[in-house]
Amino acid sequence: MANQTNDNAAQKAYKQLQGKHETQRPVLKNCLRAFLVGGIICAIGQAVMYFYIYFFNFTEQTAGNPTTATMVFFALLLTGFGVYDRLAQFGGAGSAVPVTGFGNAVISAAIEHRSEGYVLGVGGNIFKLAGSVIVFGVFSAFVVALIKTIFIQLGG
Amino acid sequence: MLPMFFWAFVVGGIICVIGQLLFDVAKLTPAHTLSLLVVIGAVLDGLGLYEPLMDFAGAGATVPITSFGNSLVHGAMQEAEKHGIVGVVTGMFEVTSAGISAAIIFGFIGALVFRPKG
Repeated sequence: MANQTNDNAAQKAYKQLQGKHETQRPVLKNCLRAFLVGGIICAIGQAVMYFYIYFFNFTEQTAGNPTTATMVFFALLLTGFGVYDRLAQFGGAGSAVPVTGFGNAVISAAIEHRSEGYVLGVGGNIFKLAGSVIVFGVFSAFVVALIKTIFIQLGG
Repeated sequence: MLPMFFWAFVVGGIICVIGQLLFDVAKLTPAHTLSLLVVIGAVLDGLGLYEPLMDFAGAGATVPITSFGNSLVHGAMQEAEKHGIVGVVTGMFEVTSAGISAAIIFGFIGALVFRPKG
């Protein structure tokens, strides 16, 4: 018991020490950079979307799908040549939140683990970073769609 | 056409700033932040709010990861209209297929072609 309180006091002291030496994150600067990088990626996505609408007869509603695939392809090239890492250092969430960030997470995991073999390394680790997005996306979508369907069927 | 680019830039940028605030202020890890954004996207579509945003901002709403949650719900609801509750499970990936397939295909190609750095 006495030991525990001792531990708590030590933890408190450590937290204070940590707080004193932790560098303050430049929140405003980071947000500006995220806005800039994220905005530019989305504007490029918009250009790709218009490309599919004008040349491949997609509509405004369906053009989002090939756009996503194309953006992931861009992410492959940028990740493979090591550009995306630098972009992530500068843009923070601006590079992580667009779908290119999802692509980057998958592709960098695949490249990184290739030395462990194609089945156990690449196949086993490809969703190591991006898996949580799929799991929580699918489960939340399941709950939302289930509630909505029940609502509609009950005569909503 | 030009206003569409502008709004894609602004809305996409704002969603990324929300992500950055979750990083810096809420001190979440990137994985937590992205998972949270996907869940938010799914809930917004459930409330019927994401579709208008997509009409308004185009790629500004479809490129950020929030649209992943939105299109999962969309696929599920499309099938649910035809087959009832079973459709919720069978239709889940109907719309999202492009993103996941592309990520797996290009990820594997990347592993074949590129070598890890550093």
